[in-house]
Amino acid sequence: MALEKKIRELKERREKMLLGGGEEAIEKQKAMGKNTARERILAILDTGSFSEYDMFVEHDARDFGMDKKHLPSDGVVIGTGTIHGNPVAVFAQDFTVAGGSLGLMHSRKITKIMDHALKMRIPLIGINDSGGARIQEGVNSLAGYGEIFFRNTISSGVIPQISVILGPCAGGAVYSPALTDFVFVVENISKMFITGPEVIKTVLGEEISMEELGGARVHCEVSGNAHFFALSEEECFSQIKRLMTFIPRNNEVKAKAFDAVPPDSKYDIEKIVPGDPTLPYDVKDVIRAVADGSDFFEIQEMYARNMVIGFGRMGGKTVGFVANQPMEMAGVLDVDSSDKAARFIRYCDAFNIPLITFVDLPGYLPGVDQEHAGVIRHGAKVLYAYSEATVPKLTVILRKAYGGGYIAMGSRHLRADFVFAWPTAEIAVMGPEGAANIIFRKEIATASNPDEVRRQKVEEYKEKFANPYVAASRGYVDSVIEPSETRKLLLHGLDVSEDKNVQMPKKKHGIPPF
Amino acid sequence: MHKKEADKLNIDSTQYTTRLSRRYAERKQYTPPRPGRISSFIPGTVVEVLVKEGDKVAIGDDIVVLDAMKMKNRLKSHISGKVTAVNIKPGDRVAKGVVMVEIA
Repeated sequence: MALEKKIRELKERREKMLLGGGEEAIEKQKAMGKNTARERILAILDTGSFSEYDMFVEHDARDFGMDKKHLPSDGVVIGTGTIHGNPVAVFAQDFTVAGGSLGLMHSRKITKIMDHALKMRIPLIGINDSGGARIQEGVNSLAGYGEIFFRNTISSGVIPQISVILGPCAGGAVYSPALTDFVFVVENISKMFITGPEVIKTVLGEEISMEELGGARVHCEVSGNAHFFALSEEECFSQIKRLMTFIPRNNEVKAKAFDAVPPDSKYDIEKIVPGDPTLPYDVKDVIRAVADGSDFFEIQEMYARNMVIGFGRMGGKTVGFVANQPMEMAGVLDVDSSDKAARFIRYCDAFNIPLITFVDLPGYLPGVDQEHAGVIRHGAKVLYAYSEATVPKLTVILRKAYGGGYIAMGSRHLRADFVFAWPTAEIAVMGPEGAANIIFRKEIATASNPDEVRRQKVEEYKEKFANPYVAASRGYVDSVIEPSETRKLLLHGLDVSEDKNVQMPKKKHGIPPF
Repeated sequence: MHKKEADKLNIDSTQYTTRLSRRYAERKQYTPPRPGRISSFIPGTVVEVLVKEGDKVAIGDDIVVLDAMKMKNRLKSHISGKVTAVNIKPGDRVAKGVVMVEIA
């Protein structure tokens, strides 16, 4: 039977391709604690949902002996499938084939699936595991990267784009992940850098290991380039699947709603925040005390810990939480925390996710390093992001909201829809100590008992201004509420603003302080 | 790795009890710039020293030629003044940040 024979031939051809770079290369991959490209895709997608395309694509490079090299699927696997029943597009570089190097056809496969994702308005997941450009293919490799970066940019804010770094991702290649929404990394497996340890040693004489330079921990803790840290590929895959439950499939719909669940009663909102504004606590407990099921999915947990960002649900619907963290650096705004918050706010705004902000900060971090690192420009990003966001914006001032920090953290003045304040809130231009020192400088300096006068003046200021009522008397705060009313009022606020519709002036795009 | 939140951070005359980040705790003390110092901005080899101690130099005068990153970099004076010290000679290999010539 001719048909049977043809089907058998197809099966044989497929099997060859499915072996990627061959058994030896697969063994090497396994020895590094890594899965193969197809195994990774199958682990992320719903069982049986993966359709692979372009399996038989081959390169046609001729130089440097490439004409004799057969590279199965040209070192990258592409296709579509579902996660929790929702469609996604995916590509995974296959390190077992020529080190996952990127040549022209390899890049064309990636851009094909990217075009597909954008056209179908479905999320794109890219798994990076590549030694970099396929040098033998010269400028064609560079063209390939450029085509990918362009699509990352055009798709930004239209479809969710997720990058998973499961191997090396070096040189120009790192810019694809950098242009996407969320970057997942795994300890001892992920390596990202522009110039590697060898070049750094040659040029600068500085010695550093690959892990210390661009390992998972570094990008989660120091550089802020990555958003989710895992100890194994399996943990990473479950993080990806969890993230997918919180985000919509594109910017024209909302994330899927779940059943509303009350918070866990172990988070007693009345007992989390100390009355003394100088004492620390974990603001994540406040988030857990209001979120459905006390379920908080934190993003960039290890980076700029003085700012907490992440997803949760209220009344079954996804919300983005932004909160100052008093137990880390007193919750100040600085270069890194501003960047972290601003980017997340823009993400939520792009994908129709309401923002809930918890405010408790003493202001901006003083320091030469901060000023010279451009805290003016970076801090401005927070103002820009909140002002520009048209999703529902609900703000709860827990305690301190001083000075520029008050304005920046989702204030009425940046068009928050609802601003609530707890009775412990202190909305003022600065803390009582600082304010008294300035306003009563002369009186304190000329007094026979300056310390006593200072104490007195601080008390006076506290009495008069360190409360939510001055701001409430101007309507900057809509309501001073008991902590126990917080969830109820937030749920109501979200209900009221479900169909919020704000028209901004027509423009091509703004010029945010990047 | 992370210690308890017993550190203090002073913001506007108020001491907050909190945890300091490693980056903050290990931040470099600011040192004012010393424009009279001609330092190696990257490691390299000294090709030529164009001044000697006691020479008068003007802003923009070439002071040292440093071979680094496959280029002969001409390091110029940022100030006008007198050369007070020459710490290197042609052929010397220098690490990053070495003060090669001082001008006052």
